[in-house]
Amino acid sequence: MTAAGFHALWSHWRRNPLQLFTLVAGLALATALWSGVQAVNAEARASYGAAAATLGEGQFDQLLPAQSDTIAQADYIALRRAGWQVGPVVDGRLDADGTQIRILGIDPLTAPNGFDAVGEGQPVDLVDFLSKPTVFANADTADLLKGLGVRVIEDAGVASGMAITDVSVAQDVLSLPGQLSRLVIANQQPLGVPPLADVVPNLTRVAAQSGTDVARLTDSFHLNLTAFGLLSFAVGIFIVHGTIGLAFEQRRSMVRTLRALGMPLRRVMVLMGVELIVLALIGGGVGVVMGYLIAAALLPDVAATLKGLYGADVSGTLQLRPSWWISGLLISVAGTGVAAIGSLMQVARMPLLASARPQAWLTASSARRILHVAISGLLLAVAVALGVWGKGLVLGFVMLGALLIGAALALPLILDVALRLGQARARHVIWEWFWADTRQQLPGLSLALMALLLAMAANVGVSTMVSSFRLTFVGFLDQRLASELYVTAQTPAQSEALQAFLKPQVRVILPVLSVQTDLAGLPTDLYGARIDSTHRDNWAFLEARSDAWDSVDTGRGIIINEQLARRAGLWVGDDVSLGGSRILPVVGIYGDYGNPIGQAIVQEDLFNALHPNQIPTRFGLRTDTPDSVRKALIDDFGLPEANIIDQAGIKAFSLSIFERTFTVTGALNVLTLAVAGFAIFMSLLTLASMRVPQLAPAWALGLTRRKLGQLELTRAAILAVLTATAAIPLGLALAWVLLAVVNVEAFGWKLPMYVFPAAYAKLCGFALLAAIVAALWPALRLARTPPTDLLKVFANER
Amino acid sequence: MNVRALVFLLCLPAMAWAQGFGGLGTQADGFTTPRPNPVFDFPQDHGPHPDYRIEWWYLTANMTGPDGAEYGLQWTLFRSALAPEVGVGWTSPQIYFGHAAVSTKDAHYVSERFARGGIGQAGVTPAPFEAWIDDWHLKGDNFDTMQMHATGPEFAYDVTLDAQGPLVFHGDGGFSVKSAKGQASYYYSQPFYDLSGTLTLPDGPVPVTGTAWLDREWSSQPLADDQSGWDWFSLSFEDGNKLMGFRLRQTDGTFFASGTWIAPDGTPTALRPDDFIASPMALSDVGGRDVPTTWRVQVPRFNVDVTTTALNPQAWMAVSLPYWEGPVTVQGSHTGRGYLEMTGYE
Repeated sequence: MTAAGFHALWSHWRRNPLQLFTLVAGLALATALWSGVQAVNAEARASYGAAAATLGEGQFDQLLPAQSDTIAQADYIALRRAGWQVGPVVDGRLDADGTQIRILGIDPLTAPNGFDAVGEGQPVDLVDFLSKPTVFANADTADLLKGLGVRVIEDAGVASGMAITDVSVAQDVLSLPGQLSRLVIANQQPLGVPPLADVVPNLTRVAAQSGTDVARLTDSFHLNLTAFGLLSFAVGIFIVHGTIGLAFEQRRSMVRTLRALGMPLRRVMVLMGVELIVLALIGGGVGVVMGYLIAAALLPDVAATLKGLYGADVSGTLQLRPSWWISGLLISVAGTGVAAIGSLMQVARMPLLASARPQAWLTASSARRILHVAISGLLLAVAVALGVWGKGLVLGFVMLGALLIGAALALPLILDVALRLGQARARHVIWEWFWADTRQQLPGLSLALMALLLAMAANVGVSTMVSSFRLTFVGFLDQRLASELYVTAQTPAQSEALQAFLKPQVRVILPVLSVQTDLAGLPTDLYGARIDSTHRDNWAFLEARSDAWDSVDTGRGIIINEQLARRAGLWVGDDVSLGGSRILPVVGIYGDYGNPIGQAIVQEDLFNALHPNQIPTRFGLRTDTPDSVRKALIDDFGLPEANIIDQAGIKAFSLSIFERTFTVTGALNVLTLAVAGFAIFMSLLTLASMRVPQLAPAWALGLTRRKLGQLELTRAAILAVLTATAAIPLGLALAWVLLAVVNVEAFGWKLPMYVFPAAYAKLCGFALLAAIVAALWPALRLARTPPTDLLKVFANER
Repeated sequence: MNVRALVFLLCLPAMAWAQGFGGLGTQADGFTTPRPNPVFDFPQDHGPHPDYRIEWWYLTANMTGPDGAEYGLQWTLFRSALAPEVGVGWTSPQIYFGHAAVSTKDAHYVSERFARGGIGQAGVTPAPFEAWIDDWHLKGDNFDTMQMHATGPEFAYDVTLDAQGPLVFHGDGGFSVKSAKGQASYYYSQPFYDLSGTLTLPDGPVPVTGTAWLDREWSSQPLADDQSGWDWFSLSFEDGNKLMGFRLRQTDGTFFASGTWIAPDGTPTALRPDDFIASPMALSDVGGRDVPTTWRVQVPRFNVDVTTTALNPQAWMAVSLPYWEGPVTVQGSHTGRGYLEMTGYE
């Protein structure tokens, strides 16, 4: 009986191969985008993890040099002899055939986290490691290190572009004899260690998790990708839902027959469930393979973006991680379950002797439509309520979900109203028929159109977010990079001479003074600034007193970045303690995009009073003749060219990074639209064969088949345009939630939102194109329907 | 790779390096091996011997607080050489690690340290004598009067040592045989230190007085390949006599025993293998391991038949290569105090 049941169920797919293809392809597409994005994220996170595990970043406090670039090894020994449990790290970049490789030297004997970063879970032969110069690097990087004259061991666990080795080897290849870059402080220290300041007054302690955690920095980027993946998945599931609904409706008579023949309902349900799981696994499997291909194609761009934006090294080669392909299959099965649950319940509730209504699915009852509208209204109300009163990241995502699903469910109603309007204005009988016929088709097409709506809204939302970020960031760069030249002294000792040399050459010298400290209990970079017209003219505040710069200039005020303001609950007018009895009012809040930690700026002299040991080594220079100043610095002062950066160079570099980001976003945009186009294509194709009885009378009344085909295309175009029109406000709402709610909760800053009408118009064009391309083949088929088929409708011989 | 695996790699050679190497006199990877009839050169020999693979400065002490409470402490610096060279800087093959512990009746505090020998973080100089790793030190103008210091997250101690007797050489004038196959080490002790100072415990500082016993030993192949661990005793009897005795457990169930009877004036008598008999009397469950913490120790030649009982049976040294080490009290034909070390019960 079971075999016969399976056979009967399978016969449906045999007779409807197109439906089977739609189902599997829909699942595969949904899974592909989802797992592709997951693969990219997993790869990037694994790279950060490898780097963080190596560096002990995030887990351990560190000691950094306050003034120079390195720590004398003698300081390390002094700390150890005082009892402090610290581990040395030598960290530098090595140029290997034009590629910068980060060399990281550690001492496995004293590193608080030992040697966990390498060995891929297997113990490293330490006697061997300590006896013979050895570096660990992943396969990409290992090749570049061949010329180093040390043994290179390939280790996939090491982050790309990085080599891990012993302190001695790192000091050697980086030409840093007797010098260390930083010291990692073990979490547990022995009793009675003296204060750090007594042993190493020239070193600064930096708390764990501050400023160095790449994973947090890049979260916003991954959030974008994840949002894309999720939306694509939702679009794919819409396709699957549509197909399953249709297939189940068409099999009502078969189910009735099976049950009439004595098969228990429970077994029918189990068989259908097993059938769906098998299909989900096949679709999911294909999707995972496609996802892998997508990820492999995207990863180099993603890696380049992350490296450029955040300095995060991400391996450019994809590894097959079980976590994501298993999750891809699971989400495929889960998605199928969600898409099928309604249909399965209908089958379960179907009376044994009910008549089979193969077209019932196309003409959804008005009761169901009212239900959809009610749910939609409820969800939109929830979204609005959360927008007004909600707080927290999770609620932000709930709001996103409610907004998108609510809007999707409302779409048929909106389209119906629009079509009614069209019908009311129709003057010609053909057009009157056209509008009425379009409305009649709406239920069958609504799922595909919802998919298009979501895909377009996602596109509008994410591209608005990325573009707003870019615009803000570019503006922010203009503010911050107002100086024409940026120079760095080679040593703190050179600082005085450099300033003396520059004084007659340039209009203004703006030293960059900073320390890592705590303000209002939060880790903060405190800057001392020489207030100049450069600041007054270029900086834009989010909120400030009118005399903000004057207050800062006279040492009577402090300005802080948005991150610090939001996290510490400070705003303009609040007081901040700078340690001791020094308390300053906040006189301005400025946007500081991309920076994960707090920042504050006080006047230079005040800074020097607070931190007398800081000697500036970096300077911004205002000059009208940057080229001649650069030349003088190189030729007359002898500063290496690498220590001089011009403003144009930094900006060009930053912008090139954004172009990379756009490559990734653009590719995902195209993919989601393609999925939506596919949904429309499949729906129209399914409808086309069923619509012959409805079209036959129109044909009999004199409409040519060619004209009917043209009308089909027009219909697809009109529906696409209407959907696109609805998608733009939805996309903008989505962008607003991402920028003003999710971003603030996740990263501590609010991005101003900009709108890009030209981009949206282009997107509408693409959507229109996708719809027309999708409708082309069904329309063509309609135009070529043999007249006999149309005649058969009247002969009742179909 | 964690430090634990590291120490296995570093210590394993020290504990069982003899695998694959023959008996006396063979050169192990260029390391020198101990030879009979040594002639020591002090103070030079208090310092390190980098051409030997393994060496230690090992001090244990039995102490009493103002309220009569008993305490034990341990201070150990190990040197393990990857190659028989001195070397300067990070590439020196001389690796040091230290173990320190304080035992009370119901607590046992342990800490360990690691360092490379070439950078100044750890080392030993013979005159003036200083053995150090990080902030831990054992130092003095000469070997007879020294200060000792160690710290851990939960304890610290600062004590002074004052020798009341001469150095004692074990085995044949300091040549101590460790197996029937001839594995041996150079081994001498200073068992006559008077100790006074302060222990810092979680409840606060405790002034203490007592006695301490320092062992110096170096070799390149101390254990034979069929030896799985040892039980080692250093006992100070109230009549002024002292006993050092150990038995090396062999995989066939037999033992290789040896020891030294030390008269009150420091005169040593080397014990023959059948002179020293140690038998476990009771096992304690120490973190899931069965460890014999009560022993019957017999030296028939000197009419010794005593029972040693651990002050704290849970004196487990939870370091990278764990072992049991703690103070014991002695009862029976003789009474007194001492230390017990047991390895290979992991």
